[in-house]
Amino acid sequence: MKLLLSGNEALALGAWEAGVQYASAYPGTPSTEILENFARYPGIKAEWASNEKVALDNAIGASFGGARTLVTMKHVGVNVAADSLMSLSYTGVQGGLVLVSADDPGAFSSQNEQDNRQYARFGKFPCFDPSDSEDARQFMGVALEVSERFKTPVMLRSTTRLSHSKSAVEAKVPEKREFQPLPKFEREEEVTRVILPAVARKRHPQIEQRLLDVAAWAETTSINRVEWGDKKIGIVTTGIAYQYVREVFAGFSILKLGMSYPLPLELVRSFAEAVDALIVVEELDPFIEEQIKAAGIAVAHGKDITSLCGELTLSKLRAGALQAGLPVAPAPQEVAPIDEVAVPARPPALCPGCPHRAFFYNMRRNRAKAMIAGDIGCYSMGVLPPFQSMDMLISMGASIGMAHGFKQAGGQESAVATIGDSTFFHSGMSPLAAAVYNQSNITVVVLDNRITAMTGQQDHPGTGITLQHEEGTPIDIAAVVRAMGVKLVEEVNAWDVEGVNKALKEAMEHEEGPAVIIVRGACVFTPHFHLQPRMRVDTETCIACGTCFRVGCPAILKSEAVNEKTGKHKATIDPLLCTGCTVCMQVCPVNAIAPFEASYKEEK
Amino acid sequence: MAEPMNFLFVGVGGQGVLTASDIAAQVGLDLGLDAKKSEVHGFAQRGGIVESHIRWAPSVGAPTCEKGTLDILMAFELLEAARWIDWLKPGGTLVVNRQQITPMSASVGDAVYPEEETLLAALKKRAGKMVVVDALPLAEQAGNSRTVNTVMLAALSAALDTPAEVWEKAILRRVPEKYEAENREAFRLGQHAAQ
Repeated sequence: MKLLLSGNEALALGAWEAGVQYASAYPGTPSTEILENFARYPGIKAEWASNEKVALDNAIGASFGGARTLVTMKHVGVNVAADSLMSLSYTGVQGGLVLVSADDPGAFSSQNEQDNRQYARFGKFPCFDPSDSEDARQFMGVALEVSERFKTPVMLRSTTRLSHSKSAVEAKVPEKREFQPLPKFEREEEVTRVILPAVARKRHPQIEQRLLDVAAWAETTSINRVEWGDKKIGIVTTGIAYQYVREVFAGFSILKLGMSYPLPLELVRSFAEAVDALIVVEELDPFIEEQIKAAGIAVAHGKDITSLCGELTLSKLRAGALQAGLPVAPAPQEVAPIDEVAVPARPPALCPGCPHRAFFYNMRRNRAKAMIAGDIGCYSMGVLPPFQSMDMLISMGASIGMAHGFKQAGGQESAVATIGDSTFFHSGMSPLAAAVYNQSNITVVVLDNRITAMTGQQDHPGTGITLQHEEGTPIDIAAVVRAMGVKLVEEVNAWDVEGVNKALKEAMEHEEGPAVIIVRGACVFTPHFHLQPRMRVDTETCIACGTCFRVGCPAILKSEAVNEKTGKHKATIDPLLCTGCTVCMQVCPVNAIAPFEASYKEEK
Repeated sequence: MAEPMNFLFVGVGGQGVLTASDIAAQVGLDLGLDAKKSEVHGFAQRGGIVESHIRWAPSVGAPTCEKGTLDILMAFELLEAARWIDWLKPGGTLVVNRQQITPMSASVGDAVYPEEETLLAALKKRAGKMVVVDALPLAEQAGNSRTVNTVMLAALSAALDTPAEVWEKAILRRVPEKYEAENREAFRLGQHAAQ
């Protein structure tokens, strides 16, 4: 049966078909849906871990126990897991272990464009690169076999375009499968998994040999294949780039590599000898190109025709090829863009009803006295107008450490760190421990919306609900921070504008170590969020002061009505978007905003 | 066999653009072609730009269309039609919903949402064929404002030389049974509006 599956759905299917028994992950775009889909199959265990390193450590334990395991994360998540990953390469694995790294060329929803194929060379393990959903499904099985045969962790690299594109897959309907307990644990006779220095020194040459063995296997596998065409040009390519190559260079010879590390260099060499000019097409870094050149194989074109930066596209590849004088079809003729009127941008914004709104409105009011360190989540939008209340943001959990360092180095302003609930459990607790230990007077604002919101509403230790929908034990953030020795801990209702302001001011003035405010309010996409009677602006009363526009709500629009004295537009509220959160009502200085109907609940 | 086609569906988060594009890709398969689709939904959950590429061909390569090669631009929102019109191939078809969703830049900033007539005139000048649908009132008439995407798909099916029943079936496969009647009605209204 042919089904249209996304790359992520296909990876999940492939893992299930190949007998993966245990999977762990931390959500991160574009990887999140892999585990969400895998979790639905029978006879398996799938979990959200609190961060990517925990996810990998979970998988390592499962693998050493003998289970086939899957661990998935976004590219920057691999940085978090890298400590274990690098040494896992030395210990090797028992049950097959595949780490899916979902990279984000184009940085559609990430802080950088790092090319994680580099990790394979750095860590000395193989990297597989599917080009569509059918590849994704099949390569998962191949990767697990390679992992077990060569006792190595394996990276399977996806990208946003692969993960979030759908293509036809030959899908099997899941049969029943019972969860199998692992065989009795067998202690190693020769220690390899306790990676003491002496063990590491002994293992290292074995790892180098393993890489040569995998390279020899790579010469024989059918996932590296030649598609012969016109031999004037031969293109070596991999991953999603293959799809652009087969269109732009239609008719020419292609060496499609299913793995980017280690390379089947003899296969590349014989392909190069058979064609007049060898071209390497890959997204981001010249990862394959450099390996081919280092092997002494002449490359006519590589990164001179595709950019080191951004996502590769058909247009970009065609333009690069044309500029180099290569025989490809000219760019299509385009319709002229609209120039009669300006087309306004549609920047991202916090959703109507968002529990982060009242906090950022208040942060803006207090920002003159503050330096604000942000973190990864929807609240990153606190940097955008109308809030403009974020001064630094670097990685998951970094806000607290940055605020601390700023303050300890003599920062004169109040140092405020804003961090989400899921991010707090990911990597917010250890920097808070350090801040308590070293007694810095920082303000930590936990924006607790009861969910991992930006990646599409995943549960986490603070909600206690597991990936497979079991009720667990929710961890109380307030109790955790009190137990860590924080003296000022305040929980406030996220939609109480003055309550949030009062707590923020108090925390910013606190001088006995870190103060923690927990701003509690459920994300509008969770079942915990309740729609309230919608708001309406009384146009007569509205003085067009613009205060409500400064809460940055997409439901608040400029009205046709104008204040005749100032010429400024009054406000109006889109009833289709309004959730009745009341933040605009609370900030209106003339009480022009009020609920106008009973409730959503009474509607059909 | 149906002709190879490049579609781009654009709109605003919450309009059902992604579901509609899933259905359009499935129709490609149902018509005996290969099909791929690819979407970008940025980091705003609600209210951000959504774009989804759909391609039908005997064997599809890239999951994204190349600028200037769209047979169909399907815009669920008027301003988004203007933003993406230059992706259309000369002579290509624009199916556009008249609905306007004001972006934050216009509601709070100095940007202005252009006049409807200005936009429609500019679009008409550039599209080979333009089908304008007032999808929201039609969806409401069908009994559910969330059937906007069914209205739009129906209009698209009428603009293409493909059997309408393949589209209707593909839509109904995605719809919970209790919403079937209103989606059937939305499909009928959308088809009618496009003729």
